[in-house]
Amino acid sequence: MATLETTETPGNVAGDGVRRRDFINIAAVSFAGVGAATVLLPLINQMNPSADVLAQASIEVDLSAIKEGQAIKTIFRKQPLFLRHLTSKEIAAADAVPLSALRDPQTLEQRTSAGKKQWLITMGVCTHLGCVPLGAGEGEIRGEFGGYFCPCHGSTYDTAARIRKGPAPKNLEVPKYAFKSDTVVQVG
Amino acid sequence: MSFPWAKHYEPKQPLMKWLDERLPLPRLVYNAIGAGYPVPRNLNYFWNFGVLSGAALGIQIITGIILAMHYAANGAIAFDSVEHIMRDVNSGWMLRYAHSNGASFFFIVVYLHIFRGLFYGSYKAPREMVWLLGLVIFLLMMATAFMGYVLPWGQMSFWGAKVITGLFGAIPLVGTPIQTWLLGGFAPDDAALNRFFSLHYLLPFVIAAVIVLHIWSLHIPGSNNPTGVDVKGPQDTVPFHPYYTAKDGFGLGVFLIIYCSVLFFAPNYLGHPDNYIPANPLSTPAHIVPEWYFWPFYAILRAFTFNIFGIPAKLLGVIAMFGSIILLFFLPWLDKSPVRSGNYRPAFKKFFWLLVADVLVLGYCGGSPAEEPFVMISQLAAAYYFAHFLIILPIVSRMERPLPLPNSITEAVLGHDAPSAPAA
Repeated sequence: MATLETTETPGNVAGDGVRRRDFINIAAVSFAGVGAATVLLPLINQMNPSADVLAQASIEVDLSAIKEGQAIKTIFRKQPLFLRHLTSKEIAAADAVPLSALRDPQTLEQRTSAGKKQWLITMGVCTHLGCVPLGAGEGEIRGEFGGYFCPCHGSTYDTAARIRKGPAPKNLEVPKYAFKSDTVVQVG
Repeated sequence: MSFPWAKHYEPKQPLMKWLDERLPLPRLVYNAIGAGYPVPRNLNYFWNFGVLSGAALGIQIITGIILAMHYAANGAIAFDSVEHIMRDVNSGWMLRYAHSNGASFFFIVVYLHIFRGLFYGSYKAPREMVWLLGLVIFLLMMATAFMGYVLPWGQMSFWGAKVITGLFGAIPLVGTPIQTWLLGGFAPDDAALNRFFSLHYLLPFVIAAVIVLHIWSLHIPGSNNPTGVDVKGPQDTVPFHPYYTAKDGFGLGVFLIIYCSVLFFAPNYLGHPDNYIPANPLSTPAHIVPEWYFWPFYAILRAFTFNIFGIPAKLLGVIAMFGSIILLFFLPWLDKSPVRSGNYRPAFKKFFWLLVADVLVLGYCGGSPAEEPFVMISQLAAAYYFAHFLIILPIVSRMERPLPLPNSITEAVLGHDAPSAPAA
């Protein structure tokens, strides 16, 4: 009965059980599906950062006023950015740490620009839950490793802003930057 | 959909007859929350909290719509517009306090509603779908409450938004793009504030729609009751109206008295003073805590301070926090005991109260600073939370010997199985 019914179905030209209507159904639904997905894309993408937000995504900072041992905070992509002029003692302290002792192993060289080891430029965003660590401002606690200290959950960073103690999983992020001259750096 | 002895809607006035033939809305209401819905005769006051949750949602929607008339979702003026509501708008202070405390009271009654369901086995067959839809409502409530807390654009708003969206940043590979996508920027700003406002306005209506499904799925088997025994006949039920409309009305009065006492005499007791400081992206409050209703989950999030099998602690915390709620979706199949009510399950009853204590301990730790001894206590309490559902419940439901159940609801109430006619 079943085979008889299918062969009797109008539109079954080839007689192989595939009806013309099946083709039309699949084609119509696929076409509508692709169309819906195409419309969905801008609906999702509109939530990504808009052009004006991205336009502010790059800044230039003049470093000439930062003395050795000092640090400044500025804003990059609406988040704090730490620019720190390391002393030779701090550089030596960072270099003295064996990589095996680090949770997120990186050398100070890898975290600074070539030949500019004294300029430590990192985001001021704790990699644990995004608090602003202390240590960039005048007189703030720098923690037991002399770098940065996050007051929220006690993450402690060393003088290369590497995580040494506490819950944070990663070193403070180093954003993309390039020196435009000896004292001017473009971040982003 | 209902018991065969349910009363039938019979409109008497010509207008109501005319309406019933064209749009039977009064019939729907009569059958859902009127005399047409038979309910077990032995419900105790713990059965008030469903109606109270609905009332709390109503308060939130009404006060929220009014607040939206005076609020501006723009980072530059959002904080000031909330202060404008507090100081300048007529009765604005009352409406805002009603809304902010209303959120807390919504969670209080919903938590009692959930624990009622846990104790009396309301999640078991044939009411699994009621439980699952309830959990969907709970998740929607949490999303709505979180986004609402961001809107005043104070310090806690800003840093709460940052920490919570930061949770998504813990997802491997796609985490950071997802976080940027959620915020529409690299940190919470106008884009995030606007979309949170839009969704905060939308979600309560989604909640209302899921509540309709929740009640619909409840009304197919009918309400559970303190004995957990199925309804056997007309003598076991009374019509919802007037019996439970009256009982719920009394409960609502008590609820409103407590709510208004906090609203008028301690409106900031449940809030955090740091949220009266305008949002400052460059300075983190020393002690970031979410609102109290998130504390147990926040404690689970922070309980992971160590990596396991190379999975970073932060990701583990996020998985555990979401897992603690996802787990509840499997509860109807984890607890295999055919006895519903905890009153007849001596072992289950003890573990139930241990779970309540455990959640309270988690809540206390979640509101405390992330230091010892709270970290250690959170770890133990979080482990116990998961053990309760994944180990203890399945074992207890196999090993336990339940107490003898009453033959019927009526027997449990009267001591004998009375027929529907008055017993001699």
